[in-house]
This record gives sequence, structure tokens and C-alpha cells, in this order.
Amino acid sequence: MNNFRENIIVVKDLVKKFGSFVANDHLTFEVKKGEIFGFLGANGAGKTTAIRILCGLSYPTSGEVMVGGYNIYTQREKIKRNIGYMSQKFSLYDDLTVFENIRFYAGIYGLSKKEILERSTILLEKLDLTDSRNKFIRDLPQGWKQKLAFSVAIIHNPAIVFLDEPTGGVDPITRRQFWNQIYEAARLGITVFVTTHYMDEAEYCDRVTIMVDGKIVALDTPPALKEKYGCTNMNEVFLKLARSKTETVNNNLS
Amino acid sequence: MRDISINVDNISKHYGTVTALDSISLSVNKGELFGFIGPDGAGKTTLFRILTTLILPDSGKASVEDLDVVKNYKEIRRSVGYMPGKFSLYMDLSVEENLKFYATIFGTTVEENYDLIKDIYSQIEPFRNRKAGKLSGGMKQKLALSCALIHKPSVLFLDEPTTGVDAVSRREFWEMLKRLKEGGITILVSTPYMDEASLCDRVTLIQNGKILKISTPGQIISEYPRPLLNISSDDIYRLIQDMPEYQGVISSHAFGHSIHVSLEKDIPDFKEIETFLNQKGHSSVEINRITASVEDCFMELMEKK
Repeated sequence: MNNFRENIIVVKDLVKKFGSFVANDHLTFEVKKGEIFGFLGANGAGKTTAIRILCGLSYPTSGEVMVGGYNIYTQREKIKRNIGYMSQKFSLYDDLTVFENIRFYAGIYGLSKKEILERSTILLEKLDLTDSRNKFIRDLPQGWKQKLAFSVAIIHNPAIVFLDEPTGGVDPITRRQFWNQIYEAARLGITVFVTTHYMDEAEYCDRVTIMVDGKIVALDTPPALKEKYGCTNMNEVFLKLARSKTETVNNNLS
Repeated sequence: MRDISINVDNISKHYGTVTALDSISLSVNKGELFGFIGPDGAGKTTLFRILTTLILPDSGKASVEDLDVVKNYKEIRRSVGYMPGKFSLYMDLSVEENLKFYATIFGTTVEENYDLIKDIYSQIEPFRNRKAGKLSGGMKQKLALSCALIHKPSVLFLDEPTTGVDAVSRREFWEMLKRLKEGGITILVSTPYMDEASLCDRVTLIQNGKILKISTPGQIISEYPRPLLNISSDDIYRLIQDMPEYQGVISSHAFGHSIHVSLEKDIPDFKEIETFLNQKGHSSVEINRITASVEDCFMELMEKK
């Protein structure tokens, strides 16, 4: 699985400041096409700031960023058309039906009426939701919502899909079905950029970065990171890297 | 005999046609750190709301510290602390104002019970003048816990305190709970995250309003019924699809870069499995026997139903 070719995201010396606060401190990394890339860090480490820049929602203070072959400073609209986005906090509209949600998102991504009908039929069948087509989202179990939200985020075949803490408290079997969907999308060449607080999910990624205080402190495959830091799982790796900093902060306060 | 803090006897609760709790019975000992482990919609919040007298059960009986949740609701409210899943403090009040407010409505003062919260509150005290709405996730959690403790409750209910919180803050939170427990307080905590089960004295695994199991984490793991293998290859995605085709596979679940497989046979044939996977085009096949995790056990119990 490590023979990825082209870079789909290239970030060089990305800096983002809010006043004197440095949210992203010289980030440099690349993400390959079809890769599942985990973006980890404690609350406040600077993940959201970086994602907003990669999605074309905010400009960096300095640095070079290319997303899907487009320049973040000059081609933001092109970037937005070529990415999908899903987060647990904001995904589907509860008071619209399953089909209305699909139609809404597909419409926003610029699909034609004909394409929307074709793709929604395939999608509903694949998710076994054909009979629930006219049900309100609020009446679906959490796990179904999640699977549908992901499918909707990639309905326009984007080059990259950003998943910002995508999995909430679903049962372990549904969670695995969800990750299977992610693998499947990656197989089809969609790059998956995912943030999560749950380190067992980090284990599913091809490579992960760990951010601490605006800096990338580690970037490698989960097995390589575990070996490097002598840990049996990613949770221990994360605690080792992210915790030392937090303790320093606490000591400084007291 | 142990002293019982909480007793739940055949409690059911419905919302329209949805069964949130289906004849649940359990008891929690005094001073126990007791976990409710289950996904969203399992019924964890409903049970907590019944025990904290915020909603009424449809049927069944429950008591907290020998007080009936229906008849003695006023006394219960005075003697329990409750931290709801959604951050429910006043965003436009400062850290200190929130704490004082909660102390006052319970007829006490921050000074009177400061000892109890000192450990936790001292970490956010440098920000005492900051509005609660401006705190980070980890700090909000510490403030909410301080407010739930300020009237010195005998039982503490924490509904998904670690959801959406980063791994570092989560670890710190569990360490705080351990210290609180040493002070003799009974703690009920719910979480959708299976890995937190091992941090509790006893847990109940709960799904769709039904209890799958109540036991110590160690006992749950030791009751996993079959040998469990950890298998990896060069292609995890295909491994997930290919492995269930092997003869006698009872379950096969992804765990990051490998899968956990349980087989009918008591003595699995590693060579045969490797040959099977090689024939399917896998290389670098690695097979180890492992101890089940709580998550393995949860899935086993889910599939048994």
C-alpha cells in the first residue's frame, strides 16, 4: 500500500498567525493520491486552522500550499469544487429527507439533475437505504447517518475528502463499516484527510502527523511511529508526544 | 456484604415507539467507579436522567442511596452531582461565577468544600475571570466537574465526560476520577469508548436499551469464548474481505493495520491460514494469538444476540 505516486497536497513552510499567536508554525508535509492521512493533535494544536486553509476558507500568513494541483492563493474556487468535507458536528439536515439531503449537496457541488438522479439511485442501493429514501434524517440511526454523510461528501468524486472528527459514538461494528467505506473510497483514488481524537482510528491511517502547539512533531506510518517511540498503540505514542508539552504548560501556570 | 449505593430494578422507558430502556436491572456499590459502555442510543443518558430524577421511568423502581427516584426526588437532587453530556454551564459567566452560582444554589460556599475540588479547580483557577464560553474543551470539562462536586455529593453522575476531548485531557480526566474515588464517592460514568472500560471497577455493556453484560473488565475479557488471532498482511483492505471466506471463521473485525479473527477450532492452524492467504495473493502475513479487548467482547456480545 506504500507505492503511492503523485502528491495531491503539498504544504511548504505554512505559517498562520492570529495577531502574535502562531497557530501553524512552519508546517511542511505532502499527502499522496489515494492515501488515508491522519491529522492528529490535542485541542488547540492548530488542526482546524490548517484544515480551513487547505479547504480554501482562509489564507495562510506565509508559505506555499497546493491542493489537488491548485494554488491556495489564486485558485480557491477550483479547490472547493475538488474537495469534499464531512464533520460529525455538521453534516446532514435533520429536517430534510434522505433524498433531499443528497439532492441538496449534489446540487451545491454542481451536479446536473440527471447526474443527481443516477448517482442517488446507486448510492441509496449501495447503502441499503432505497426504502428509506423519503425518511427524515432525524429518524435514521446514527450509524446510517454517518455512512450517508460520507457518501454525500464524495458524491461529486472529489480528489480529496476532509473528514473532521467524523465518527462519534457509534457501535464498534458500525464504526468498522464506516472505515470500510473510507478504505473503499481511497481504493478509488480519493485521498482521505482525517482528524480524530480517537487513537484507535489513527491506526487505520496509512500515515499520520501529530501536531503540538502549531508544529508537526511526528509524521510517519502508525507501525513506524509505534516502533520509534517504543509503544504498543497510537494512544501511547500520542500521549508521549502531546503530553510532555501540556505538563510544561501546567507547570508554568502554577 | 457490600453497601449498595444505587439499585435499578426492571426499569423501562419508551419515547413514542422507541424503547430507550428495556427492563434494566443493576446495582452499584458504594464507592465504586462504575462504567456504562455503549454507543449513542444505547440508553445511557436516559438511565442517568431517571437516576438523577430529571425524567420518570415508565415502569420499574430505582433508588439512589436508599432514596426512591420518584418519591424522594428532592432529597436525591440535594445529594447527587450530575455532569450532563452537553456542556451546560453559563457561557457568559466567568469560571469563578459559575462555581459560586452552583455552590449557592446548593446552599453552600466554595470555601466550605474547596478541599474536594482543589485538585481539579486549581488547574483552571489561573483563568478564574475568563468567561466559561471562552475555555478550551479540557478546561470546560474541569470546570463542569468542579461545579458538579461543589456541594459534596455522595454520588456523581458523569454522562459522556470524555466525548470530543483529546487523548491527553481524557487521560487526565480519568486520573482525576481515580483520585475522587479514593475519597469514597460513588461514581457512575458513561462513555461510547470501549478502551475506557478498563479504567472502571465494574462496567455494564449496554446496547439498544438492553444490558449485554455486567462485570469487571478483567472478567469480561476472560470470558471471551474462543481463541482470538491478530492477523496482518501487506493489504489490509483485501484482508478484511478475504478472511471471512476462510473455513470456520466466526468473526473477523478490522483493528487498524490488522484484523482480529476468531475461529471455531480450539487450536487454530497458523500454517493453513497463511497458505490460504498466500493463495489469495497476500504477502507478509503475520499471525499472533492475542487476548481479547473489551471492544472484541462487545462485538461478540452484539453478534450473539
